[in-house]
Amino acid sequence: MTKLSTFLGAAASVALMAGAALAEGPAVIFDLGGKFDKSFNESAYNGAQRWAEETGQSYAEFELTAEAQREQAIRRFAEQGYSPIIMVGFMSATPLSQIAPEYPETKFVIVDAVVDAPNVRSVVFNEHEGSYLVGMLAAMASESGTVGFIGGMDIPLIRKFACGYAQGVKAVNPDATIIANFTGTTPAAWNDPARGSELTLAQIGQGADVVYAAAGGTGVGVLQTAADNDILSIGVDSNQNYLHPGEVLTSMVKRVDNAVYEAMAAGADVETGVVVMGVANDGVGYALDEHNASLITEEMKAAVDAAAAQIASGELVVHDYMTDETCPALTF
Amino acid sequence: MDRMPRWADLILVPLISILLAGLISGVVILAIGENPLRALGIMVSGAVGSTYAWGYTLYYATNFIFTGLAVAVAMHARLFNIGAEGQATWGGLGIALVALYLPWPHWTLAMLGSAVAAALFGAAWAAIPALLQARRGSHIVITTIMFNFIAAALLNWLLVGPLKPAGTMETATAPFPPATHIPSFRDMFSFGETILFRSTPANIAFFVAVAACVAVWWLIWRTRLGYEIRAFGHSEGAARYAGIDATRIIMVTMLISGGLAGLMAVNNTLGYSERLILNAVEGAGFIGIAVALMGRAHPFGVFLASILFGILYQGGGELQFALGIPREMILVIQALVILFTGALDNMVRMPVEMIFAERRRARAPIAAPGPARSSPGHMTPPSDPGKPAE
Amino acid sequence: MPDPVPAIELRGISKAFGPVQANKDISLRVMPGTIHGIIGENGAGKSTLMSILYGFYRADRGEILINGRPTAIPDSQAAIRAGIGMVFQHFKLVENFTVLENVILGVEDGPLLRPSLAKARAELKALAEEYELEVDPDAIIEDIGVGLQQRVEILKALYRKADILILDEPTGVLTPAEADHLFRILRNLQAQGKTIILITHKLREIMEITDRVSVMRRGEMVAHFRTAETSPPELAEAMVGRKVLLEVDKTPARPGAPVLEVENLRVVDAKGVERLRGISFRLHAGEILGIAGVAGNGQSELLEVLGGTMKATGSVRLKGQALDISGNALGRARRDSGIAHVPEDRQTRGLILDFAAWENVALGYHHRPAYGSGTRLDLAAMQADARDKMQRFDVRPPDPFLAAKSFSGGNQQKIVVAREIESAPDLLLIGQPTRGVDIGAIEFIHKQIVSLRDRGCAILLVSVELDEILSLSDRIAVMFDGRIMGEREAARTDARELGLLMAGVADTAAGRAA
Repeated sequence: MTKLSTFLGAAASVALMAGAALAEGPAVIFDLGGKFDKSFNESAYNGAQRWAEETGQSYAEFELTAEAQREQAIRRFAEQGYSPIIMVGFMSATPLSQIAPEYPETKFVIVDAVVDAPNVRSVVFNEHEGSYLVGMLAAMASESGTVGFIGGMDIPLIRKFACGYAQGVKAVNPDATIIANFTGTTPAAWNDPARGSELTLAQIGQGADVVYAAAGGTGVGVLQTAADNDILSIGVDSNQNYLHPGEVLTSMVKRVDNAVYEAMAAGADVETGVVVMGVANDGVGYALDEHNASLITEEMKAAVDAAAAQIASGELVVHDYMTDETCPALTF
Repeated sequence: MDRMPRWADLILVPLISILLAGLISGVVILAIGENPLRALGIMVSGAVGSTYAWGYTLYYATNFIFTGLAVAVAMHARLFNIGAEGQATWGGLGIALVALYLPWPHWTLAMLGSAVAAALFGAAWAAIPALLQARRGSHIVITTIMFNFIAAALLNWLLVGPLKPAGTMETATAPFPPATHIPSFRDMFSFGETILFRSTPANIAFFVAVAACVAVWWLIWRTRLGYEIRAFGHSEGAARYAGIDATRIIMVTMLISGGLAGLMAVNNTLGYSERLILNAVEGAGFIGIAVALMGRAHPFGVFLASILFGILYQGGGELQFALGIPREMILVIQALVILFTGALDNMVRMPVEMIFAERRRARAPIAAPGPARSSPGHMTPPSDPGKPAE
Repeated sequence: MPDPVPAIELRGISKAFGPVQANKDISLRVMPGTIHGIIGENGAGKSTLMSILYGFYRADRGEILINGRPTAIPDSQAAIRAGIGMVFQHFKLVENFTVLENVILGVEDGPLLRPSLAKARAELKALAEEYELEVDPDAIIEDIGVGLQQRVEILKALYRKADILILDEPTGVLTPAEADHLFRILRNLQAQGKTIILITHKLREIMEITDRVSVMRRGEMVAHFRTAETSPPELAEAMVGRKVLLEVDKTPARPGAPVLEVENLRVVDAKGVERLRGISFRLHAGEILGIAGVAGNGQSELLEVLGGTMKATGSVRLKGQALDISGNALGRARRDSGIAHVPEDRQTRGLILDFAAWENVALGYHHRPAYGSGTRLDLAAMQADARDKMQRFDVRPPDPFLAAKSFSGGNQQKIVVAREIESAPDLLLIGQPTRGVDIGAIEFIHKQIVSLRDRGCAILLVSVELDEILSLSDRIAVMFDGRIMGEREAARTDARELGLLMAGVADTAAGRAA
């Protein structure tokens, strides 16, 4: 045993020395879902990869597997000299608000939450605006007057999606019925295509003919089942139209990849403060490409683009669930 | 008299299992192009090489000790409590309620009050499946696992609505008031300029966990209730014959089990996050099953197994930091250890038993033709430690 | 005189399980057309030896010759091919299949059942006529009695063309009449040239039916006899290794005041079957009342009700005080009121096999002040108490730290008996006190029971061993189908009369027959 531990000790000190050199460049901390979650983590990963490929530089990364690692990972990267340190996910807001003042020289970027500190850039998205636009499309494409919404977990962020969607639907068809379901109550809900499929079938049974999935990896099952049953679906986060060409009505794109890419491109001099990514600056929007061109008629496109222009100009304000935690168009 | 000495049963067999798991993990690491020895070094030094490392390892271990003890106590009554996850979730809820809504003058009282609340809430969540088992024969494996989902759903509802401070995205309660903050290891062990356990989550709850180990040991092997629990676990028929009330044992055992699981929240919720987070238990309830199996339902074994799992968690994180080994690969390594120490336990145990049997036969050539003894399956609780060997 | 070639010859068979040498250098010759008894105490290695012969275990050393040819028997299929059939103590029948389906199970002629069934039906008919083995081929196994189930097992073996039939403790579950019938069948089989090996621990059966007998002790074959040339005492001595007293030495009882008064006891089980149909009897201090009967006729339920682990209706009075019989968790209350209970099944009731002896010695009494104060157990006191009791009841080895499962059957039973007798009860319930217990221990346990009686304890003895009932009891009640068929003074009855009662022949008829 003694010999073994001596050996291990030696190996350990070698390892520590290897890591001791001060690092530079950006670091990315992915949230618990992991960087291949088919959702916003993956979107962040794509942004980081785009930067790495374009610049030929590398970045450090860490995928959280436990809540206690949030602080650990932020501190670790800060102590090693990385800047900016980019993290996605609103659950990191509290740990970051405690740690950011300890490392005033380091720049932090948090996506999906606001942290009020001089060295933090907070990037938030107006998901309600993008959802409003796809809600309008859903209502216009629906023949039954019933549309569905499938969220991952019932959390405020997803309610924000649902609320914007419902407003868009009601704006086109005030009599429309909106069925909202959530996949589960544990993080497994973000990656449960089978359950997504079940919920889709249930909503079809209730008359829905367009279903909007805001449920991460679970959405793959929603889109698949919708295609199998010849109804329309709406993807989320990245452009998912290609998954089932001609059967995915559109996708509510949320450009987390752009947010990460821009932060990395700016490097250690990244501008701090709150950055709101909305319809106005193409942070959110609806996807139109060759895969869904046949589904979006000229009238539909005209109506949605008009609404988008109004939102961008401030003429039309979509209610944000987070402002008062109520929704005029949907009850939770 | 036994097939092998106790030290072999409790230490040698798990050690060989871990070595085997390590060997295969090494091959896996080699296959993804890293140096297994370097990886091992990083893992070990990252998990036990500094107070910083211990500050994380012991934090994780504390969670697992509580859930492991919860599963182990139930196991002694041959009840398979898969609900430690939900019970610990409820424990967190209990702590959040008393920490947020009761005024606490000092952290000692806050800790005491929180621990009582956590244990009561955890026990309450175990009580319903226990009652269904005792009165209706509904299988506790099914009911406790269902209650995990119910607990998660309930907490989800509370943390999106009533318990969430307005205006935040985070699915968590407001931070607990400073008077409820219990000492971390850093607070406890840093003197003057020397700061130990810097920025680590380990806290005084670790010592509560150690005390819980001793208490469980005392309960199981030194009290009449423990005797009855073990009797019931080994033979329901014999327990009934001995006048032991099955309903009472099922209820009491599950209440204790649920209470222990609930106490985990003293560590992760009161001690570390200082607010209640959705999914705060993070699977520790299930790790508790592996820990209890590996520790052969003995509190000391649970303690050691928890430390090992703490090392795996923290060391795994360090591997990811240092080598960028994907987290799925770390999961594979952790799973290999569970596989070898839990599921494949007999694969190691039987040859070791054979070796000891051979050695004994060599010493005593004329074997007494005693009746054959069956090897205890690993759901079987360990035999009593009150033997003179202790 | 040159013997013909033996049907079975074993040469130097050895088999060890870990450190335990179950069979040591065993040699045996079984002549064709004979009934060969193998006798030995529990754990002597009889079952291991037969399992080797039937291919369940492989011998470590030694060889098997069938009709003079060395034969490897790696599995039971090979045993069947070699013409060996086995009737186990615990039948291997599919409960919800018919007799016919059970008989062809595993030897269907093809994927289609119908032709196999038709063929089997004809063959079964022929066999039944030939050997007096009538069974309704379409009856469901769980609906027929154990005696018939045993016949199905024998038919199964014969259907598989067995020439050598091994029967493991076949009379354990049978009434005397059924046992007699079985023996007639065996003689028929013998007359047709079949070879039969009968494994038993009952000397009477050996004397009655076998031609030759081999005795096993501690894994070794210690003696071979021609049955006609030996005697029960000689066999007993060979089994145990020393002289044993086969008769119980006891003086006539001097019954005192009534201790137990049972009136109209009724039990209905979970399936709605009435297990006790109005049992009434009285038991006095200083008296042993034996309950005779074939297993499964309500004796177990009677013990459970009196022991407080089964609900019943009716009335039970202990020394004039009514006992609560409305619950099934009253074991502790019973002990506190002065009833001790040696249960029928020590392995699943009387002992916790994984517990050490000292923990078992406290079982059921663990709440008493002698074993600790408050919630705490006083381990030292428990261990000292166990050491003391084990010494006085000659438990071997007298090591209180050994797990109960490591003791032989007889020593396990001594632990239970020590615990219950030492509680100084007013009433001792004792079920199957010597089941699976070796002869030496039987002698000891019987002495303890009689001496407890002589100290004024009332004893209710339940046993399926008629010999035991006859030799220990002062009075005997016979149970059949949940009723007491009759009561006799032990001194004024015999096995024949009791046998009729056990078979359910009504008291009056039995009286006439007597």
